[in-house]
Amino acid sequence: MEQVILETAGLTKSFEQGAAVLKKIDFSIHQGEVVVIVGPSGCGKSTFLRCLNLLEEAEGDILLEGKIINKEKKNIHRYREQIGMVFQSYELFPHKTVLDNVTLAPLLVQKREKEEVRQEAEKLLSRVGLAEKAKSYPRQLSGGQKQRVAIVRALIMHPKVLLLDEITAALDPEMVREVLQVVLELAREGMTMVIVTHEMEFARAVADRVIFLDQGEIVEEEKPEEFFSYPKTDRAKKFLNTFHYEALEI
Amino acid sequence: MDYSFIVKYAPLYLEAAMLTIRIAACGIVGAFVVGIVCCLIRELRLPILSPLIQVYIELSRNTPLLIQLFFLYFGLPKVGIVLSSEACGIVGLIFLGGSYMAEGFRTGIDNVPGIQREAAYSLGLTKPQTFWRIILPQAVATSVPVFCANSIFLIKETSVFSAVALADLMYVTKDLIGLYYKTDEALTMLVISYLLILLPISLVSSWIERRVRYAGYGNTGTL
Repeated sequence: MEQVILETAGLTKSFEQGAAVLKKIDFSIHQGEVVVIVGPSGCGKSTFLRCLNLLEEAEGDILLEGKIINKEKKNIHRYREQIGMVFQSYELFPHKTVLDNVTLAPLLVQKREKEEVRQEAEKLLSRVGLAEKAKSYPRQLSGGQKQRVAIVRALIMHPKVLLLDEITAALDPEMVREVLQVVLELAREGMTMVIVTHEMEFARAVADRVIFLDQGEIVEEEKPEEFFSYPKTDRAKKFLNTFHYEALEI
Repeated sequence: MDYSFIVKYAPLYLEAAMLTIRIAACGIVGAFVVGIVCCLIRELRLPILSPLIQVYIELSRNTPLLIQLFFLYFGLPKVGIVLSSEACGIVGLIFLGGSYMAEGFRTGIDNVPGIQREAAYSLGLTKPQTFWRIILPQAVATSVPVFCANSIFLIKETSVFSAVALADLMYVTKDLIGLYYKTDEALTMLVISYLLILLPISLVSSWIERRVRYAGYGNTGTL
């Protein structure tokens, strides 16, 4: 088995007053693995990803390559730079060009050579078909283009793991494909990824392992063929059924 | 209207206008810097300093400039700090303007979606880096209208400087009225002087406002 990149032990998250959003989640992802997390809205998927990237404080341990990373406040940015994240709403920086969006963190955080960073940025941008957009501002791009830039912005940091939080949920249907295409290619190249998505067909195609999360608990954890064809629990069956419109009783 | 009087004393107004402009410029730049520093301190939630900033802002916004100037000019010498009239004017403007600028920037900062901050953090940027590189540029762009309005407000506030013996436009006007009883002429020149200073600034600020619209989300125009 490959090396464990990211894991959690007993991860519990509760917001002020109210029940826990995540209940003692034990999770791990290995080098080169793609884990897709699915579940009904409000089940804690996005909160889980945000916890992994230390954007939320949570109880329990989060380990990056075996080292606990969520107990110290000081070097939190040193860990975050090794964990890439792409958001549903892209979150490109509107006052910077595409190229500056992509090169900002490598220059500022990793203190890399300017020329080398620019070349890699151009290479990555042309890989996702956006070479000619380097000088554009985010507001001049379509949603799908913005999301591809956001992926490039995360990739150029050479993260050990990439977290994708419903990255196609805000996109028009015809743009979903161009973004998922990029993610599929990354998966083939061995990028380690944790993906939260509502695109079940995509989940099936890209995942090495599917985690079904409901009410803050891992209910099922299976290979995609198993999970989508033969879900074991009633909760998973019920959830998967919501994607089959022919099953609608009218 | 005695036009020869106007022509004769126009150089006096020019001189006073230059003084007003010089002090206002220093005051505005200073207030801008103070405003940003206040915002940074509040953003980083520095202990001790953050509450102090709040006290400063309330104190500065809820007292008139004239009284602030009196404190600087007549009060401080009693504790051994003697400032020239000009220094008083500049410090007074910075003290007053800093809080207005800080509040303006804060509105701008509040307008930047919180998730922009998270996007920066997730790339490994530290809190100060995020503030300077990501939040502040967007906040400044959206607070340009407020910044311009504050600048004009500060320039207008300079009209109380004559109270601390600064030979500004108001001072010259009162002088001329007292000496020659040419009230109409002197006041007309005063109004015109302020208009000549402020109108170009208004025009320039609306031009700048149009230029920095990049912070407007969803706007598809080009820069």
